[in-house]
Amino acid sequence: MSSVLYDVPGPKARRVSRIGSVIGSLLIVGLLAWIASTLAQQGIFEGRRWAIFTRADVWTLLGNGIGATLSAAAVAAVIAFPLGLLLCLLRISDVAAIRIPVRIVLEFLRGMPVVLMMFFVLLVFGTNQFIAVVAGLVLYNAAVFAEIIRAGIQSLPKGQREAGLTVGLTSFQSRMIIELPQAVRRMMPSLVAQLVVLLKDTSLGYIVAYGELLRAVQVMADFLGTQFLFPIFFVAAAIYIAINICVSRIAVWIERRGTTKAAGGVAKAEPAAVETAAK
Amino acid sequence: MDVIIENLPLYWNGFLRTLFLSTVSGVIALFVGTLLAAARVSPVAALRGFSTAYVEILRNTPLTIAFFFAAIVLPRLGVKFEQFEVAAIIALSAYTAAFIAEAVRSGVNSVPVGQAEAARSIGMNFGQVLSLIILPQALRTVIPPLINILIALVKNSSVAGAFFVLELFGYGRQLANANGDQVLAVLLGVAFFYLLITVPLGILASTVERKVAIAR
Repeated sequence: MSSVLYDVPGPKARRVSRIGSVIGSLLIVGLLAWIASTLAQQGIFEGRRWAIFTRADVWTLLGNGIGATLSAAAVAAVIAFPLGLLLCLLRISDVAAIRIPVRIVLEFLRGMPVVLMMFFVLLVFGTNQFIAVVAGLVLYNAAVFAEIIRAGIQSLPKGQREAGLTVGLTSFQSRMIIELPQAVRRMMPSLVAQLVVLLKDTSLGYIVAYGELLRAVQVMADFLGTQFLFPIFFVAAAIYIAINICVSRIAVWIERRGTTKAAGGVAKAEPAAVETAAK
Repeated sequence: MDVIIENLPLYWNGFLRTLFLSTVSGVIALFVGTLLAAARVSPVAALRGFSTAYVEILRNTPLTIAFFFAAIVLPRLGVKFEQFEVAAIIALSAYTAAFIAEAVRSGVNSVPVGQAEAARSIGMNFGQVLSLIILPQALRTVIPPLINILIALVKNSSVAGAFFVLELFGYGRQLANANGDQVLAVLLGVAFFYLLITVPLGILASTVERKVAIAR
């Protein structure tokens, strides 16, 4: 692999780099070995601790946890996206009396911790945990979707809207028929990246006692004994991360596909950067 | 309203604790994240591999899992913390560092190739190119996304409230349990204090963005 930051390595540099790589790998392997030996002293690798995974009920509980996680994420995504579209349309409305209040609401929602919103719905409206988790996710993500789509609409060439209005479409028709389809296609990578965030945020359901994957881990550890906490946690975390990496890969794939075929087919889209906001 | 005014000292304590958690984790994450980004573009393959794996795994780990690991699993494995703040800071900074690394790396990629070529042609080595030429420019262009990551960090610190740390959200939970009839006011008070941090940071981000846009 060559890079503009350094010369294509010559024989000496290659040797230095190889030695560096070996030392670096040894350090990492050493660190892992140290962690493993610490764990082994705790008896983590004893067969009986991992034997619980031969039990069907453990997998049933884990499966229920995954199901609860995915169903909350799916329901929230399905509601949040249309709501985000609606909020976006209101946010860019020509009428200031609509635009400004919506803007304040969006800023408010985006500035809130998601877990606080879940907690709020849970206590103030006295709903069950599932509804609280979904409502918290919907409120936050709809606001983020609205902002992403708005950025997409603003990135369109002005001529798109002007042309729409010129052929006699109303302002609303132009938004719906001309601008939104292009904006959504153009922002697809960011929208899918936000879906990953939404999926990750379902784990906040743990805090409001929703029976998702992490809560299932806690329940099993409480029930079976804390010596099983690490094995169960390890497996559950691996499942969670694997699901998220799969969805992230889809986002990267869509991004790559979108940059080869110019999104919208009119103006070549800038290589859309997948949003890296940490939430 | 009364419940907010009566408990203003508690809110204030929580606010300061949230600010403390976010600041310490933010500084650590900025430092570690920049190092990770530097490792990601370095000539040494092992460093590149490590950095890539770290970023990929941590970015796809739900924050709650990171907290659960730091606050509940680690102590069972014999790593005892004097205070749970330490666990919270470990989880928050390890998680945020991955996002900072990605942002800084995209900044490094945005620096024109000619800059690196010019630096190398006057004989600078990799460390000099990166620290004197590339990173100062890269960090400048990624200030707005970095601020957005820090805003997310402030909001993420609320998860600590569920893992034995009494910060804004933690106090909010206590107050909500103690004043069952005034939950709405209690939680709106918590929301207000979060907005007190996140809204100014958001305005700062968009201002900086506009300034940088003019400069380029």
